[in-house]
Amino acid sequence: MKTIVVVGNGMVGYKFCEKFVAQANKENYRLVVFGEEPRVAYDRVHLSEFFENGDAERLSLAPRSWYDENGIELHIHERVTEIQRANKKITTSLGTSYSYDTLVMATGSAPFVPPIRGVEKKGVFVYRTIEDLEETLAYAETVKGGKAAILGGGLLGLEAAKAVMDMGLEPHVVEFAPKLMPRQLDTRSSKVLQVKLESMGINVHLSKATNQILGNGCITGMEFGEDDILDVDMLVVSAGIRPRDELGKSCGLEMGTRGGIVVNDQMRTSDPHILAIGEVALYNQMIYGLVAPGYEMAQVAVDQILGVSDTRMAAEIDMSTKLKLIGVDVASFGTPFMPPEKGHSIIFENKTESLYKRINVTHDGKKLLGGILVGDAADYNMLLQLYQNEMPLPENPEDLILGSRGGGPSSFGSAMDLPDTAVVCSCEAVTKGDICCAVLDDGNESVKAVSKATKATTGCGGCKPMVVDLVTESLKSLGKTVKVQLCEHFEYSRQELFDIVKLKDIQDYDELLDLVGKGHGCEVCKPAVAAIFASIYNETANKQPAIQDTNDRYLANIQRNGTYSVVPRVAGGEITPKQLMAMGRIAQKYDLYTKITGGQRIDMFGAQLHELPLIWEELIAEGFETGQAYGKSLRTVKSCVGSTWCRYGMDESVSFAVEIEHRYKGIRSPHKFKGGVSGCIRECAEARCKDFGFIAVEGGWNVYVAGNGGANPKHAELLAEKVDKETAIKYIDRYIMYYIKTAQPLTRTAAWLEKLEGGITYLQNVVINDSLGIAAALDAEMQALVDSYKCEWKEAIETPEIRERYSHFVNSDDTDESIEFVSLREQKMPKEWA
Amino acid sequence: MKTKEPIEEIAVKTWFKAAPTEKFPKNAGACIKYKDQQIAVFNFTRENKWYACQNLCPHKMEMVLSRGMIGEENGEPKVACPLHKNTFSLKTGESLTGACDAITTFPVKIEAGFVWVGFTE
Ligand SMILES: Cc1cc2nc3c(=O)[nH]c(=O)nc-3n(C[C@H](O)[C@H](O)[C@H](O)COP(=O)(O)OP(=O)(O)OC[C@H]3O[C@@H](n4cnc5c(N)ncnc54)[C@H](O)[C@@H]3O)c2cc1C
Ligand code: SF4
Ligand code: SF4
Ligand code: FES
Repeated sequence: MKTIVVVGNGMVGYKFCEKFVAQANKENYRLVVFGEEPRVAYDRVHLSEFFENGDAERLSLAPRSWYDENGIELHIHERVTEIQRANKKITTSLGTSYSYDTLVMATGSAPFVPPIRGVEKKGVFVYRTIEDLEETLAYAETVKGGKAAILGGGLLGLEAAKAVMDMGLEPHVVEFAPKLMPRQLDTRSSKVLQVKLESMGINVHLSKATNQILGNGCITGMEFGEDDILDVDMLVVSAGIRPRDELGKSCGLEMGTRGGIVVNDQMRTSDPHILAIGEVALYNQMIYGLVAPGYEMAQVAVDQILGVSDTRMAAEIDMSTKLKLIGVDVASFGTPFMPPEKGHSIIFENKTESLYKRINVTHDGKKLLGGILVGDAADYNMLLQLYQNEMPLPENPEDLILGSRGGGPSSFGSAMDLPDTAVVCSCEAVTKGDICCAVLDDGNESVKAVSKATKATTGCGGCKPMVVDLVTESLKSLGKTVKVQLCEHFEYSRQELFDIVKLKDIQDYDELLDLVGKGHGCEVCKPAVAAIFASIYNETANKQPAIQDTNDRYLANIQRNGTYSVVPRVAGGEITPKQLMAMGRIAQKYDLYTKITGGQRIDMFGAQLHELPLIWEELIAEGFETGQAYGKSLRTVKSCVGSTWCRYGMDESVSFAVEIEHRYKGIRSPHKFKGGVSGCIRECAEARCKDFGFIAVEGGWNVYVAGNGGANPKHAELLAEKVDKETAIKYIDRYIMYYIKTAQPLTRTAAWLEKLEGGITYLQNVVINDSLGIAAALDAEMQALVDSYKCEWKEAIETPEIRERYSHFVNSDDTDESIEFVSLREQKMPKEWA
Repeated sequence: MKTKEPIEEIAVKTWFKAAPTEKFPKNAGACIKYKDQQIAVFNFTRENKWYACQNLCPHKMEMVLSRGMIGEENGEPKVACPLHKNTFSLKTGESLTGACDAITTFPVKIEAGFVWVGFTE
C-alpha cells in the first residue's frame, strides 16, 4: 500500500483525484488530500456565476460524498505547513503529521497584489475564491451606485469588471499597458474592444501606473500621477497571479527565478518523490494560468505515479483563450501577433459594428498560425481546429473571416472534416475520434449520452456546438435520423408531437402518453405538451392543471418566497387614470408590492395563493383581464406615443400596438414572445429588440422579426419594408404561427430563426411568397386562435372547482405562516432565509 | 449531499387522517397541515400510488414542493420543485438533480376514502 498525499484541493488537485481513482487499483493506494479552503474543490472558472445565483454548491466539482465513496481521505480547511523531505512527511495547520510515498503539489496560485502605497485600505479586494467574492459583494452593497476600479485589464480583470458592474457599481478598468488584454490582443483589436466595453458602461483607462491608493481607512481614490486622480469607492486587484510555491521554497525544491516549482515533462520536481501540477508548476519556464494545461498535467502525474511512464507533457502548450460571460466575444489563439518574416496577416475591421478579426497565415497561405477575434467569435472553435491540426486552408484564406462571398456554403466545411486526433474538448482532452467512436462503436445516441461517456462539454462548455455537430453527423452516417427527443418519455421532437396531436386529434395528456409515449411523464414533457394543446385548441391552462408549470397552473408568476405576482393586461401600455386608481386601491388592500415592468405594465407582487382569486375578482370587476405574464405566450406590445402626441411621429403607434396586443393575447407558444411598435425610426419603443416589431416610416410600416433582449440580446431582422398595416399583420400572423408549429420548446424566435436553414431569406419566402404553399393554412389557424380567446382568470373565478385549487392546505383553512415579509422603501419584500 | 432514510411503515407511531381522497388533484400534489408541519401529498394516479414528503424545498428553503410537477425518471417517481426544477425521488427523498440535500418522505395509506399520512412521533 502506497500513500499519495495531494496538497491543494482546487481545480487541478480535484482533477488529479478524479483521474487517479478512475485508473488506480484501490487496494494498492491510499489517497490523502489537503485543501486550505473551507469547502471542497469548486469550479473557479465559473466563479462569477456564484454571484449570479448565490449557490456555492452548484459550483462544486463533486460533492463531499464522492470523496468518501471513492475512498479518498479529504481534509478541507487544513493547510499543509511543512514538508520534511528527508523522512517523507508533511505537517498541517492542525499540527498533525502524515507520511507519504509520493507527494503531489497542487497548491495553485494567489492573486498578485503589487506593493502600491495604501493597498491595505478597506475596500481593496482580489478575485480568486468564493470568500473573496462574498467579501467583495458585502462591501459593494455598502457603496452601491458608486464607482469601482479594477486594477488590470487582462482576461480576469475584464471578467471582474463585468461582475462589479452587475453588483451595481460603475466599473473602471485601469491598465498599466497601452492596451487591453496585452497578452492576447494587438493594439487595433484592443481599441475595438475598448469602444465596445465603453458602450456597455465599462470605462477603460490605459497606460496608467498607480502610485498610491487614497483614502482615510477606506479607499476613496487612486492616484496615477500628480493631478491625475480617479475617485473610486472600491478596488478589485487583478494584476496577475503568483504561484503558491512557499512550501516548495522552504523545503528546498528547485524554483524558478520568478517563482514556481520547476517540473520536468513527467511533472516531477527536483525531488523525484514530489510532483507539482497546475498553476504552481513551472514548466518550460512558464506558469500556465488556464485549466486545460493543468488538467493535462494531472493526467501526466497520474500516469507517472501508476508507472505509465511514457505519458509526457507536450512541449508546446496551447494558450488559446476565449473570454466568457462579459457580453462581448473576444478570443485569441495560436500566435496572435506575428513578426512579418513568419507569415502575413489578414485583418478585417468594422468599427461601427465593433468587429475585428485577424488571422495569421504562412507566406504560402496554406497554414493558419493564429489569430484574434473581437465582437464575434462564433468561428473560434473551427479556426482553433484548423490551427491545431495544421489543416489546409481554403484557396482564399480571407474567406475564413469574411465568409465566402457570393452566398456559397461556409468555407469551413463540416466538423466531420477534422482529423480524428483533433482535440475538440480541451478541458477534458476529448478528441473528435473519441466522440465519433462513442456514437459509432459504443452506441450512444444523444449528446447527453456522449458527454456522459466521454466527459466532453463538462468543463467550460465552449466545445458544445461542435460536439452537437459531431454527434448529429455521426448518427446521420449510421443512417439514423437524429432524434431531437423531447425527453425519455417521448421519442419525438416538439414539431413531430405537434403534428401527431393535430392529426390524431388528441385532447388529453394521458391519452397522448399512452398512445405514443412511455412511462409516466416528467417536468420536461408535461409543460411542452400542455403548450401544444394550447396552441392547437387554444385551451386555457385550467383544463389540464396537472401538466402545467406552476405559473400556468395557478395563472400567476411564482416568486422567490413562493408567493405570486399578478399582472393585468395593459395593452400597448395605455391606461386610464380611473384604471390606475382601481389598481392602486386593490394593490393597497392586499398589501402588494407594485412595480412598473419593462413591458409597460404594472406588476403586483406578494400575493398568497388563497388571495389570487379574491384579487382577480376585484380586478375583473374593474374591467381588467389577465395579462398572461405567467404563460409562454404573448407578453406585451410596447409602444411609444407616436403621432398622437409626438412631434416626430409618422403614424399612430399606440393604436397599432393596442390592436395587435389584443390580437395575439393568450396565444400559447414555444416560449414567451413580445412585440413593439415605434412611431418613427427614433425607435423609442425598442421594437427591434422584440420578437416582432413595427416601425412607422415614410410610406408604411417596416416589419421586424426575431429580436430579443434578455440574456442573449439580439437585434431583430427586417422582414418587409414599407407595407401597409393589414399586410404587416398578415406577415406577422404567418410568422408567429409558423414559429409555434416548428420551434423546439423554450426556444425564443431569435434562436429559432438562427437554426432555420436559410434564415431570414427562407422565412421571407414562406411568409411573403408562400414558397411552402401553407400561407392560407397558417392564416386560418391564426384566425381560429384569435377568435377563441378567453380570459382564463374570468373562467377561474367563475368556476367553483377551479377556485378550490387556490388554498394552501387541503385539510385546513389556515394560510402559509412561513411566509414573512420585511419592509423596503415603504413597500414590502420577501424576508431572506437565515 | 446528505441522504435520509425514508420512514418505514413499521416505524409509524401516528397515522394522521388528512383529507378525503377527492380533495387531491390527479397526477399532482396538494399540501396538508399536520401540527406545525407542512406535508406535500401526491396522488400519482398513473402509477396508482400515493406519496408524501416535506413541503419545504431544501434548495432555497421555500414551502413549495406540493405545487411541483410530478413524473418519473427511469421508473423512479419524482417531484420537480416549481422554483428551480430540482427533482427529488418520491420514494427515497434523494435529490435526483444532485445539488440538494435529500427530503423526508412519509408513508401514505388510503382507508375509507381518506388519505392517511404516517409519522414517527
Ligand atoms: C475568476 C476566474 C476566472 C477564470 N477563468 C478561466 C477561464 O475562463 N479559463 C481558464 O482556463 N482558466 C480560468 N481561470 C483560471 C483557473 O481557475 C485556474 O487555472 C485553475 O483554478 C488552476 O487550478 P489549480 O488547482 O492549479 O489552482 P487552484 O484552483 O487555485 O487550487 C489550489 C488550491 O490549493 C489550496 N492550497 C494552496 N496552498 C495550500 C496548502 N499549503 N495546503 C492546502 N491547500 C493549499 C488553495 O487554497 C486552493 O484551493 C480563472 C480563474 C479565476 C479566478
Ligand atoms: S419613436 Fe418616434 S414617434 Fe415614437 S416617441 Fe420616439 S420620436 Fe416619437
Ligand atoms: S427579473 Fe429577470 S433579470 Fe431580474 S432577477 Fe429575475 S430573472 Fe433576472
Ligand atoms: S427552491 Fe426548490 S429548486 Fe430552488
